[in-house]
Amino acid sequence: MSNMLEVADLGHTYGDHEAIGGLSFTVRAGELVCVVGPSGCGKSTLLRTISGLVAPSRGDVSLHGSHLAVVFQDYSRSLFPWLSVQGNVEFPLRSLPRAERRARAAEALEWVGLGGAARKRPWQLSGGMQQRVAIARALAYRPSLLLMDEPFASVDAQTRFELEDLLLRVRREHDTTVLVVTHDIDESVYLGDRILVLSGSPARLVADLEVPLPAERDQVTTRTDEAFVELRSKVARLLNVGKPALDVEKWAAAERESLSETVSS
Amino acid sequence: MTKFLQRWTVFAGLVVVWQVLGWLADDPFFPPPSKIVVAAWEWWVLEPANFTGHVVPSVVRLLSGWVIASVIGVSLGLLLGRSDRAMEYANPLLVFLRSIPPPALVPVFLLLFKAGTSMQLATIVFGVVWPVLLNSVDGARSVDVTKVDTSAVFRIPRWQWVLGVVLPAASPKIFAGLRVSLSLSLVLMVISELVGTDNGIGSQLMQAQREFDYTRMWAGIVLLGVLGYGLNTALLAVERRVLAWQPRSRDEQHA
Amino acid sequence: MRAFTRGLLGIAGFLVLWELLGRSPLLPAHALPPPSVVFGELVTQLTSPSFISHVVATVLALLIAIVIAIAIAVPSGLVLGSVPAVRHGTRAVIEFLRPIPSVALIPLALVMLGFGPETKITLAVYAALWPILFNTIYALDELDPLLVDTARVFGTGRLGVLFLVALPSALPFVLTGIRLAATTALIVMVSVELMAGSQIGIGYFIMEARSGPGRMDQVLVGTVVAGAIGVLLNNGLERVRRRWVAW
Repeated sequence: MSNMLEVADLGHTYGDHEAIGGLSFTVRAGELVCVVGPSGCGKSTLLRTISGLVAPSRGDVSLHGSHLAVVFQDYSRSLFPWLSVQGNVEFPLRSLPRAERRARAAEALEWVGLGGAARKRPWQLSGGMQQRVAIARALAYRPSLLLMDEPFASVDAQTRFELEDLLLRVRREHDTTVLVVTHDIDESVYLGDRILVLSGSPARLVADLEVPLPAERDQVTTRTDEAFVELRSKVARLLNVGKPALDVEKWAAAERESLSETVSS
Repeated sequence: MTKFLQRWTVFAGLVVVWQVLGWLADDPFFPPPSKIVVAAWEWWVLEPANFTGHVVPSVVRLLSGWVIASVIGVSLGLLLGRSDRAMEYANPLLVFLRSIPPPALVPVFLLLFKAGTSMQLATIVFGVVWPVLLNSVDGARSVDVTKVDTSAVFRIPRWQWVLGVVLPAASPKIFAGLRVSLSLSLVLMVISELVGTDNGIGSQLMQAQREFDYTRMWAGIVLLGVLGYGLNTALLAVERRVLAWQPRSRDEQHA
Repeated sequence: MRAFTRGLLGIAGFLVLWELLGRSPLLPAHALPPPSVVFGELVTQLTSPSFISHVVATVLALLIAIVIAIAIAVPSGLVLGSVPAVRHGTRAVIEFLRPIPSVALIPLALVMLGFGPETKITLAVYAALWPILFNTIYALDELDPLLVDTARVFGTGRLGVLFLVALPSALPFVLTGIRLAATTALIVMVSVELMAGSQIGIGYFIMEARSGPGRMDQVLVGTVVAGAIGVLLNNGLERVRRRWVAW
């Protein structure tokens, strides 16, 4: 399988704050790779440098394809409120002839199950539906690489499951290469073919893990699969999650003390 | 510091260009700034009677008109803003009255009050009360429900509720209205002086034009600009003090 | 519908008060004709071709002034709002020009442009520029960087971002600016007509009615019509904003 994205010794510094400290990894064509790391570890900076919004301080990003698309976390701010749903999906296709643009937008909206909402305004839709519009817009662009920045972090849990499955379905049907940035360990294991685990600020690569799960995934059975649970724990340990944040014994003692104080006073 | 420089160099540059062009063109309509400054100096500083007899009364009229309008506007606005019912009765009327160009009423005020200060005050007050009033209504409506409930729970007295809760909550909006009316006061002061009197900056301006004294006319225009700039800056300073408790106040042009 | 009835009641109350005041002996005779007289005169005037031509002249000049002001202020606002260096550089100049009341320029404009419609249009443009300009700049300050990022990710250049993202997102603010500007321009327009003796327009009609026969009822007819134009402009523009820029 050929490489779609190659990142070599990528580093970025804002002023004297080092956000990314030398990252190297590749994403193969057709693969779904999740980047997981603690909040504020420079994941967003990574995504901005890959997408070309920010020129990295050092290192190289090379994309073996014509163009990429991004789905941002904040769907309400990344859809253009003055355009209809259809207009939003057509936005990246401005250079195409009108008829083709129409057809591709309609098709992409069908993929995400929003065929009937083309004429609505984005703000008339629920959060989950708005994010589907953003996904449709990205897919309509037929990107060589689809970047997603915490795409499901702003929707409720039920919608989140639906959108995760939607992503898995469309990328399988259209053989899209996807890079998802997330802080949610479960999500990274559930979605990914591979997981890149980052350390805290500045972001460095801690591990590059293959996900040993079948391509077909299911919200109930996959999440209780032994391989899933095991990998989740492994990622969690790598991220230092679950270490007791405070000493339980000490905490209980303090609690008893404050309680007795309240009673006596 | 560099911003300050950037800001004033362009300004100074334009003044210099004007000066040079004014010299070269030697056009009586467009005297160079140096001549305007000299004319202003001779007019108002060397003859203090001109200053006390024209500039001072103008400013006094402007400020008293604005203060009267502000008091009426804020108190009426807060009242109307706290009652949806009252606003339903008053709204169409307010919309209409606000849309009347105040100068159109000058003839009426002239007959009602005779020429002079009270007619000029009436013109200014009628013209500038609307921005304050409508902004106060908006502000009073913006008191959030939690504050209303909190005040109800603590059973605070009526006056304290108005002065302590409604007024502060409405003050950012009120200040936006006050700023708009202050600059409008300047406009109406000039208008009322163009017809109603033989004293004031406006009448001097008209007189200079009639006597073909264009340098003095320019001096009058510049003086009005300086006056407007000074008043606005002063009010902004007061606003910044009074609204210092605000986390961030940025309704620049939302009047 | 209830609110509508109450509004009508409010206006009716105002008219009754005015009628009583107008007929009371407290005020000098004929200083404030009651609405019954004024509305009679209004009906007469509305069928008079000369009055209609005054109204048309004012409205036409007003529309021209607003269009010119938009054509100047929106592009300048876009430049000032997106190029910080230009903005800082011109700031002092703008802060000095803005507070100069447009009516203070009446003598200057008369000298330069004479008594034709150019004078009142120029002064109305001057007055209408500022609200539009400042609202455009303000709107660009409020432009969501994520929208810009989104457009850039999909391969939109600088110019594309300006026209496809910055301009539409500024539109609601710009429309608010235009609404404020229209009201201001109307005031200036009528004032100039009143004072600078143009030869046609509502302001001229008012001045003529006052200085000639002293017909205060006609003065008030002119005033009411000017107010009605203001209401129509204001509500019309507000409706445009709600209809087309509903986000």
